[in-house]
Amino acid sequence: MLPTTLDEAVSALLAQPAAVPVAGGTDLMADVNSGQLRPAALVGLGRISEIRGWSYQDGYAVLGAGLTHARMGRPDFAALIPALAAAARAAGPPQIRNAGTLGGNIVSASPTGDALPVLAALEATLSIAGPEGSRRELPVSHLLAGMDMLRPSEVVGYVKVPLLHAPQTFLKATSRTGPSRALASVAVVLDPMRRGVRCAVGAVAPMPLRPLEAEQWIASLIDWDGERSLAPEALSAFGEYVAMACIPDPMPEEGADGTPGAVPQLPPAALHLRRTVATLARRGLGRALA
Amino acid sequence: MTETADGHTGAGPGPGAGGPGTATTPPGGTPLPGARSEPEPHGLGASVLPTDSYAKAQGTFPYAADLWAEGLLWAAVHRSPHPHARILAIDTEEAAKMPGVRAVITHEDVPGDSAHGRKIADQPAFARDMVRYYGEPIAAVAADHPDTARLAAAAIAVEYEVLEPVTDPEKSFEAEPLHPDGNLLRHIPLRYGDPEATGDVVVEGLYRIGRQDPAPIGAEAALAVPRPDGGVEIYTASTDPHTDRDLAAACFGLPAEQVKIVVTGVPGAMGDREDAALQVPLGLLAMRTGCPVKIALNREESFLGHAHRHPTLLRYRHHADSEGKLVKVEAQILLDGGAYADTSSDALAAAVSFACGPYVVPHAVIDGWVVRTNNPPSGHVRGEGAMQVCAAYEGQLDKLAERLGLDPVEVRMRNVMATGDLLPTGQTVTCPAPVAELLEAVHEAPLPPLPKDAPEEDWLLPGGPEGAGDPAAVRRGVGYALGMVHMLGAEGTDEVSTATVKVNGPVATVMCAAVESGQGFDTLARQIVQDVLGVDEVHVASVDTDQPPSGASGRGRHTWVSGGAVERAAKMVRTQLLQPLAAKFGMSTELLTIADGKITSYDGVLSTTVAEALEGKELWATAQCRPHPTEPLDEWGQGDAFVGLAFAAVRAVVDVDIELGSVRVVEVALAQDVGAVLNPRQLRARLEAGVTQGIGTALTEHLRVAKGVVRHADFTAYALPTALDTPDIRVVKLVEERDVVAPFGAKAASSAPVVVTPAAVAGAVRAATGRPVNRMPIRPQAACSTGAAANG
Repeated sequence: MLPTTLDEAVSALLAQPAAVPVAGGTDLMADVNSGQLRPAALVGLGRISEIRGWSYQDGYAVLGAGLTHARMGRPDFAALIPALAAAARAAGPPQIRNAGTLGGNIVSASPTGDALPVLAALEATLSIAGPEGSRRELPVSHLLAGMDMLRPSEVVGYVKVPLLHAPQTFLKATSRTGPSRALASVAVVLDPMRRGVRCAVGAVAPMPLRPLEAEQWIASLIDWDGERSLAPEALSAFGEYVAMACIPDPMPEEGADGTPGAVPQLPPAALHLRRTVATLARRGLGRALA
Repeated sequence: MTETADGHTGAGPGPGAGGPGTATTPPGGTPLPGARSEPEPHGLGASVLPTDSYAKAQGTFPYAADLWAEGLLWAAVHRSPHPHARILAIDTEEAAKMPGVRAVITHEDVPGDSAHGRKIADQPAFARDMVRYYGEPIAAVAADHPDTARLAAAAIAVEYEVLEPVTDPEKSFEAEPLHPDGNLLRHIPLRYGDPEATGDVVVEGLYRIGRQDPAPIGAEAALAVPRPDGGVEIYTASTDPHTDRDLAAACFGLPAEQVKIVVTGVPGAMGDREDAALQVPLGLLAMRTGCPVKIALNREESFLGHAHRHPTLLRYRHHADSEGKLVKVEAQILLDGGAYADTSSDALAAAVSFACGPYVVPHAVIDGWVVRTNNPPSGHVRGEGAMQVCAAYEGQLDKLAERLGLDPVEVRMRNVMATGDLLPTGQTVTCPAPVAELLEAVHEAPLPPLPKDAPEEDWLLPGGPEGAGDPAAVRRGVGYALGMVHMLGAEGTDEVSTATVKVNGPVATVMCAAVESGQGFDTLARQIVQDVLGVDEVHVASVDTDQPPSGASGRGRHTWVSGGAVERAAKMVRTQLLQPLAAKFGMSTELLTIADGKITSYDGVLSTTVAEALEGKELWATAQCRPHPTEPLDEWGQGDAFVGLAFAAVRAVVDVDIELGSVRVVEVALAQDVGAVLNPRQLRARLEAGVTQGIGTALTEHLRVAKGVVRHADFTAYALPTALDTPDIRVVKLVEERDVVAPFGAKAASSAPVVVTPAAVAGAVRAATGRPVNRMPIRPQAACSTGAAANG
């Protein structure tokens, strides 16, 4: 089935509840081909032209869920939402970027989805199309955290992100120089209007993590009306703060009398991951402020 | 980047001049893009193109996965979900009842030998009472649709008593036997010189090498067709068809003549491909159903089904005098053989024999073991044994250099081996061993420019374009490594190949069971015949087991043994052709030359064409090539076990982001002892491929296993090097010192770079970070060198 509007897609899913919507298919079809998934039917979203572009609405960009990574990686998009463009350019080889979509990245909710930490840092809101033309809004973090799920026959239509007109960065650590999955990724977004720094860490947990205290602390150090630069020590401290928040030390072992005992040491791989997050966060903020 | 940008490396006319636009119509009729109007290069030493390269590049070449037959059924294999378990019951009833299922077979349906194996028949065709690795075949299904076959295979119910897997090879010695044959597959205690000798300086190290997968670009596939005589024909990309046929026939309970393996194109072979483990179930299904049966593995099954590089643990102690001259090497080498023997004993022999590397070592105490575990199977992957020890002994020499305050190149130069020196097996190196020359060549090659000298937008930092790399945290390191591999089978293996050459008019045909696995044998055979008989058009017949055996592809076997057989057969045809002419003119055949289809005498009196000389006859000749015999290593690891050796030197230049531990190899300079260059373009391709595989070994390639269960058997988790990970590969020197015992004096080229490159990359990361780097692949946490990293 190849609907041409969001409402048609919803109707198609209503008519055949066992059908699975597919956009780029970069995750879904791999599961189908490996035999892990056998959908009774597919509803292709590729012909829905309304979700393949974007529009503007009171300081927000409303991005169609069908935007491909390749499209988001282009310079015109990068001028609007630099971190999302950087994440899209880092999201795999060209074949994947040409097919894979923003909505697919959200719905797959892979821990290593590159767009996800950026959307979390931007505090993006999803517009979800439901039966009979209904639309509801849902913060992306609620969906990723499983606080709210897509209901049967619902389709993610748009992603609303604020236009901040300020530097943003997305950095990811990978195991090779060529395109590969993130070992850890960090998105940093500056919000000069609200004098905020927002940061999200991807790939270290099932969903992107926001180190809120670290964000508030570092935002309070930035001279928003001046040069907005920070001393290297402050950047390093921010990195450590973010990393400790996202990969905390384990709970102290409880002693026999209930007093807290020694803190168990994290395994070397976790310590390395923490260092990686610290480095990415430091570099990401440093580049955003440079 | 390289010596010539278009990949053409010299000899032969027509260097890339005729690109698209000068297309001509070759005899075949279809215009080929890029075909040239100049004469094609021909003969030895020229960059003759493979005949199938366009078809392969355009995707029209039919591999086994593309084959089809009338009334075809599809097979699927039920594999063990446990690495170690006792099978209590196998219930195939549900599967057999499914519509479309034509046959379900288990161990009960194997009419002949229940087990197979290249050296020892210890691997069951289907697991009967025990499963010993994750993914071991238990049953197979034939059905009229691939999905039906897979669903039916999944519907087979097996009741297990799950046992604790033995996954640590060190614990295998003490563990309950995993197999009736015991857990120790082989132990070689090599003793050479004085075991009590000591040096002024002692350096120690513990090294670990991971599990590399051969990761062929085309997953395994095969088609079996039953024969009216009760036998079966199997169409597949076997690289060792005769051995596979013999193993399969024994399991089928048939004489070898009733089983035929027809070799289709080989989509990548770094190790063994479709071996008996795949052929036996498929052949049985074809004979059971009386229909052609095809199987095409998906990527996960491919990862589970074929053999991997032996994960290895190496403990080394090098003794040297204060000048850095090596006195003694002590080593303990432990190979994880997986559940079954396969060719593990060969890998161990190579590891032990080359444990000291291409260096003069007067005394050696080396113990090598290969043991059974419940980890994925280990077997032939090129450079096996030699690669693992190279990473360790080169790490030791870097340590020695650091201890003595010497340059790593200097320490190596003081110890390199030359022709006439002894291996620790007591064998004299009789072949050319230009090790010093190779080391000098990579040492003297100019270093690549530092990133700071290039415009910032051209930088390619570790982490990739627009990645997280930070120039301030990037350190450059340079590492050197020397290494060696042996050619052909070792320890008394009977190496023999038979080839037939036929000339009919202006066309010659070569028939030889040497499998073209990408190493370029078909092209080489054409070049040899072009050279000897002066015939331009040479066809190489496809391979099947009705031809006499030629041995497995690998270890440079076909360049040597099969190339030698083709040359002899061609020379016999040449004599038959020239004898009547020579007799007529009263001169010996040596005074006649053949070139460009013309026969001329030394004095120019006689001049005729090959076609005329043939007088419409067809000339055939068959010849064998059998190199000098070798002997097995004795109880103390002594013996002349190897026919020939090849050496290589690599200098790797890396950039390391020392905060993230990300590594990018900037350049690899390679100098190699090749004996003679027979086809410059093919040689270069093989060297580049070897270096690239070595970079994968060094940095990313490791099949993850948790308690014997393979995790993430896909190319997302198993990271092969991409174009961005592959550095500039600079071939700085090809030493052409002919090996007099080898046909054409040529040495195997493909595996030496695989062996040496990882060690050089590790050395470079050591130099950049100051960390010990004793594990491969090199994990990011091992390549960080910040203060915090030292604690981690």
